[in-house]
Amino acid sequence: MLSELTSGQRQAALIFLALVACVGLFVAGFGGADPIAAHGWLVLGVALISAFAVLTRFHDPEPVADRSGSYYDAPVKAGIILAMVWAVLAMFVGDWVAWLLVDPELTFSEPWASFGRLRPVHTTGVIFGFGGNALIATSFYVVQRTCRVRLAGHLSPLFVLWGYNLFCLLAVTGYLWGINQSKEYAEPEWYADLWLVIVWVAYFVLYLRTLARRKEPHIYVANWYYLAFILVVAVLHIVNGLALPLSWAQAKSYSLFSGVQDAMTQWWYGHNAVAFFLTAGFLGMLYYYLPKRAERPIYSYRLSIISFWGITFFYMWAGSHHLHYTALPQWVQTLGMTFSVMLLVPSWASAGNALMTLNGAWHKVRDDATLRFMFVAAVFYGLSTFEGSFMAIRPVNALSHYTDWTVGHVHAGALGWVAMITFGAIYASVPWLWKQKTMWSPRLVEVHFWLALAGTLIYVFAMWNSGIIQGLMWRTYNESGTLAYSFVDSLEAMHPYYIARAVGGLFFLVGTLVGCYNIWMTIRASRAAAVLEGDHPAPRPALETGS
Amino acid sequence: MTVDHNTLVYAAKTVGLFYLLAMSLAVLIYVFWPRNKQRFDAAARAILDDEDGPWR
Repeated sequence: MLSELTSGQRQAALIFLALVACVGLFVAGFGGADPIAAHGWLVLGVALISAFAVLTRFHDPEPVADRSGSYYDAPVKAGIILAMVWAVLAMFVGDWVAWLLVDPELTFSEPWASFGRLRPVHTTGVIFGFGGNALIATSFYVVQRTCRVRLAGHLSPLFVLWGYNLFCLLAVTGYLWGINQSKEYAEPEWYADLWLVIVWVAYFVLYLRTLARRKEPHIYVANWYYLAFILVVAVLHIVNGLALPLSWAQAKSYSLFSGVQDAMTQWWYGHNAVAFFLTAGFLGMLYYYLPKRAERPIYSYRLSIISFWGITFFYMWAGSHHLHYTALPQWVQTLGMTFSVMLLVPSWASAGNALMTLNGAWHKVRDDATLRFMFVAAVFYGLSTFEGSFMAIRPVNALSHYTDWTVGHVHAGALGWVAMITFGAIYASVPWLWKQKTMWSPRLVEVHFWLALAGTLIYVFAMWNSGIIQGLMWRTYNESGTLAYSFVDSLEAMHPYYIARAVGGLFFLVGTLVGCYNIWMTIRASRAAAVLEGDHPAPRPALETGS
Repeated sequence: MTVDHNTLVYAAKTVGLFYLLAMSLAVLIYVFWPRNKQRFDAAARAILDDEDGPWR
């Protein structure tokens, strides 16, 4: 990766890493007995290991002076590998907590192994570790191809990727040690949040500067979605993260919001994390990779623009549907419910647009598992947005809320839509990036596809059943007007579904492992090919470039 | 001035309503503006052929 950096840039990277190491050392020193000290040591360690990696490659040959004739794919490759590493880790933890719900004694009496600490490791790992790295990598890939220009910078893309993964690492290690802000999907404490702001602003600036340098006059719609993802996530993260730490050397902080305002800010953040992290960014992926893989232009470019503005302007208002039947004023709940129902229009416009693009290329969907991943993603996107709009309606929510139906809905979206489109995009990109005709084994892509689909269906059906049974048991009254079932009765009824869910998750995890192996072998094949290519008796005379 | 429930409802039913209507109208005009059709079609096709490297 360093072969693309000049010696000046390698020096700059070292100075930066030295500064980060100093900050880590300060935090470790001043933190004393506070849990933040452990994070100081972690930052110090990561910075030193990174600096060591730079030093070992410091005297490698420098790149050509003018690099603008090629795309900058080193950060894309690194991002894809990191995404797959996080996928395995986080899905493993996900399945672990699924078994923990089957048998709550599996904690070995250790605090770090309790459900409350492991569960955010799973959610942060899959959403931010797997999803975030995939979004960053594919956004770098797509913006360069669609603008026909190299990324605007050499150090900043690496900084974004490195800094972002450091944030994820601070987040998940913190949860295990008990550092948690207690806001769902925004669990990391204030210092990790501040670090993410720096990284994210660098990402935003890099993306804008690349767009500004574009050679293609029109900005392709995928970039609109990616940019909405970057911009809105910055706004959400900053507002919801406003907090006052106990001191500069302590991990604990208190939110600036309290009571129902806190709840509303949190779910404005939480639902828009679904909207702009888990939807807008992945729609950017869909609008590039699906037409590209199907070798057909998107069915209606106009429709893609209409759905873009619909999604960006409607989603902002939908968050309050998470707070039906709470202290939140009724009209704010109704507002969220109304916008959630309206959201069906732009959501189905995107799903329909994707499926209509494939209309006429069904033989490719049948033969090519990579395209089939994207097709299934579009179907699940349509299904889960319908389900989401439906569940946001107050009386439906009365049945579904706080039950496993919500968990099923989230996983229909996360496994069926987000992960499927990501695997499709990764299987499309890897051969393109590592200069191979296909993946090492198209059959293993096929195996991964069926494992992922089977896992998703088992998971989602288990949770739908469990959730509706649970919801119905909680609202069943006997003749005397009291509840017919105790909470423990409903837990017992859920037990078989919890086993099914854990099995479904295991299918999905095994599929991801198969994918990792296939990607690894594809990279190895490309290296072997590079070695063979170099095995010539005499080098060809150097050609003058630019003539 | 205190922002109470009635103020917010009034704002939602006036400014909020017309801002979303105007926004939708602006998007639809942009999308269906005849001269833009060519550009959109070109953009949709252009991504299918982009592997050569950056334009110089």
